[in-house]
Amino acid sequence: MSRFTDLLLALTLCAAGGAGAQADRYPGIGRAATPAEIRAWDIDVRPDFKGLPAGSGSVAKGQVIWDEKCASCHGTFGESNEVFSPLVGGTTAEDIKSGRVKALQEPMARTTLMKVSSISTLWDYINRAMPWNAPKTLAVDEVYAVLAYLLNLGDIVPADFVLSEKTMQQVQDRLPNRNGKVKYDGLWSIRGSADVRNVACMKDCKLESGLASALPDFARGTHGNLADQQRLIGPARGVDTAKAPVSAAKPVSRSMSELATKNNCSACHQLDKKLVGPSYKDIAARYKADDTAESKLVDKVKKGGGGVWGPIPMPPNALKDEDIRALVHWILAGAPE
Amino acid sequence: MASTSDLDKAGSIRRAPEGFLDPAQIAEVTAGRRGFLRNALLMAGGAAAIASTARAESSGDSNILELPVHSKSLGQPVAATGYGQPSKYERNLQRRESPGLTRVSAASVSFTPLQGTFGIITPNGLHFERHHQGWWDIDPSKHRLMINGLVKNPLVFTMDDLMRLPSVSRMHFIECGANTGMEWGNVAVPTVQYTHGMLSCCEFTGVLLSTLLDMAGFDKKNGKFILAEGADGSSMTRTISMERALDDCMVAYAMNGEMLRPENGYPLRMVAPGIQGVSWVKWLRRIEVGDQPWGTKDEVIHYIDLMPDGRHRQYTSIQECKSVITSPSGGQTLLDKGFYNVTGLAWSGRGKVKRVDVSFDGGRNWQTARLESPIQSKCLTRFNIGWKWDGGPAVLQSRAIDVTGYVQPKINQLRAVRGTRSIYHNNAIQSWKIAESGEVANVQVY
Ligand code: HEC
Ligand code: HEC
Repeated sequence: MSRFTDLLLALTLCAAGGAGAQADRYPGIGRAATPAEIRAWDIDVRPDFKGLPAGSGSVAKGQVIWDEKCASCHGTFGESNEVFSPLVGGTTAEDIKSGRVKALQEPMARTTLMKVSSISTLWDYINRAMPWNAPKTLAVDEVYAVLAYLLNLGDIVPADFVLSEKTMQQVQDRLPNRNGKVKYDGLWSIRGSADVRNVACMKDCKLESGLASALPDFARGTHGNLADQQRLIGPARGVDTAKAPVSAAKPVSRSMSELATKNNCSACHQLDKKLVGPSYKDIAARYKADDTAESKLVDKVKKGGGGVWGPIPMPPNALKDEDIRALVHWILAGAPE
Repeated sequence: MASTSDLDKAGSIRRAPEGFLDPAQIAEVTAGRRGFLRNALLMAGGAAAIASTARAESSGDSNILELPVHSKSLGQPVAATGYGQPSKYERNLQRRESPGLTRVSAASVSFTPLQGTFGIITPNGLHFERHHQGWWDIDPSKHRLMINGLVKNPLVFTMDDLMRLPSVSRMHFIECGANTGMEWGNVAVPTVQYTHGMLSCCEFTGVLLSTLLDMAGFDKKNGKFILAEGADGSSMTRTISMERALDDCMVAYAMNGEMLRPENGYPLRMVAPGIQGVSWVKWLRRIEVGDQPWGTKDEVIHYIDLMPDGRHRQYTSIQECKSVITSPSGGQTLLDKGFYNVTGLAWSGRGKVKRVDVSFDGGRNWQTARLESPIQSKCLTRFNIGWKWDGGPAVLQSRAIDVTGYVQPKINQLRAVRGTRSIYHNNAIQSWKIAESGEVANVQVY
């Protein structure tokens, strides 16, 4: 703001005894908010607990509310992926000690309790926005209770816990991801500067990849028929994705690793490094002596499944049987180039 | 009078493949088999068409030679539709959801069809949507805006009040922080609508936030942040720095010459130029001044950027310099070899766009594109460049540079610093691969 406005503000403040401020500049516009109006709308709760109303609720009471008002969308254990991503899961006793959720370093789904770093956030949000279809209908004690239950589902508080404005700090001190955030000024401050730099090379620039990623043919139709999503005139038409790609008519010879990339296997598997799924080398090693492995694995890749390498399952893969067979054969041979 | 063979050579019969052509047929046109199109016309039009096509061959285009009904009879009266609608031939350009991205449509996104928009303004009916708890058409006579917190005078404004105050009209882009978020790991969606369509640009009209904060007499010493809060079920809340609030934020009631659309926050929304769309709180009911950030759900659990070490960057807001070619773009098939106006959009949350370069060989060599005016701060800028497609494979890219000298990065440069699981703030250079068939596909090349 300019110095002039500053000065003007100071002057008006003196003149109006602090009541009008710049309102005097625009007479007849706006009016004072009443204390009751402010109370009705100013419901926010900050991480330092400013705004947190007094009240309390037990895990046991919370369970009743949860089952009645929350479970239909979020699941009995807060695990449901139906209406929204899971609220509970992925945190450990170790995380509660360190304040950093270890699983966030793994390429896996992220639950609410894995990410939240301030307990006020959940209180504030449930109070203002949940239940989703009837927001702002919970009483203060009900918000405490249902949040206590949610925390109990995540093994952050015991079953006999009572959450209140007095015990919120205790919970904060146990939040699994309380130390998991960094404030990053580069993308916040008006003068923030960038962390990723490119240079504007114009000629014979060095490239680091060939074709690194492309949409697999089977995914052409995932967004409906693209022919219906483009203008009917102009320099181009929409691709009719109801039909096979033009290029598919020509037989193409591809390397196996290209086939793996094309079918998204490489998004989760690499030659000798674990990503979401095990490395090809590890798979080959594991089934070296198993003659029946190939047909078992073909079936597994097709249908998906988990439990062999860890808790994360592999989704079903929609590609031609012959391609799956070729890929599994290649993986079991150690995925040679 | 030209003979048939002259017409063939000169291309006097427009060879634009009509809507009934499939990619294989377009490919044939692309391959330069001109006689093919006449056959296609014959097949498609059936017996009736044969005569006119035959005539077209001998004397010209039937669209010219045979006067259409609109040239020979009476059209529709004025005000046939009180609020005009696009031509029925434009029905393909719609806001669309990306299947599977979200689980319920009231907490979801619809994407702007950037492949079909021109210039820099997004038509209001095609402005992207992002709602967290459904949208409402709120009675404006009952809507109120409150300003409270660290202010001398907590105030309440009606819409009448706000619309009497000095207004400003400014053009700005709005981009969701998660725009292009599906592509951090690899290519995931087919068209520019889904890769970049959480992006729109309007001329917004409203009151500068600084005007309202001044009226309330905000605490200049301790008032370091403001909270913007919506009136819908989610009561969306976002923290904005006071510095930014005073810089160029506004409380807007209009977009592109009419009141806001309900899906975009009617009757009042925050406009926070340069920063991610979630801060542009819709159905805005309250602004609070405070001395600390609020740590709201969409600042602590979402709109946080996961880094490779498992920590999240919080309060990331700025939408850094970015560009994309909108035509040709993924999911299209080029008509034929020859000349194309390659066109696209560039923008930066840090100010004006200074330059856009375009590559036709996947980033090896670059040429500077023409920027159309106006070029405005924190606003979309349209770029154009001519290209002769020789029918061979090509990879098209655009790279924007903003006033700060920042050069739009490649996806691998972003990944090297931020990993692949951030979801937010992916402003990587986009690649479109053109196959010999003319089909354009989303790819990553760096
Ligand atoms: C009708 C379905 C529904 C019901 C019932 C419901 N929720 Fe939700 N909940 C949602 C949806 C959808 C979201 C995500 C909203 C968004 O995208 O902003 C959500 C988000 C949340 C979140 C934030 C999660 C995150 O990671 O952002 C919490 C916490 C939550 N709900 C708790 C509750 C509680 C407690 C109740 C019961 C009092 C409840 N919900 C009832 C649908 C529901
Ligand atoms: C979204 C991630 C993902 C994708 C995509 C994926 N996988 Fe997997 N894959 C996994 C995971 C996770 C496992 C471990 C499953 C388990 O523990 O049982 C796995 C396991 C495997 C195994 C070993 C199975 C076993 O029981 O030992 C093979 C073989 C395999 N994948 C091949 C493929 C092939 C071929 C493709 C591509 C067609 C593919 N995967 C795509 C995640 C993925």
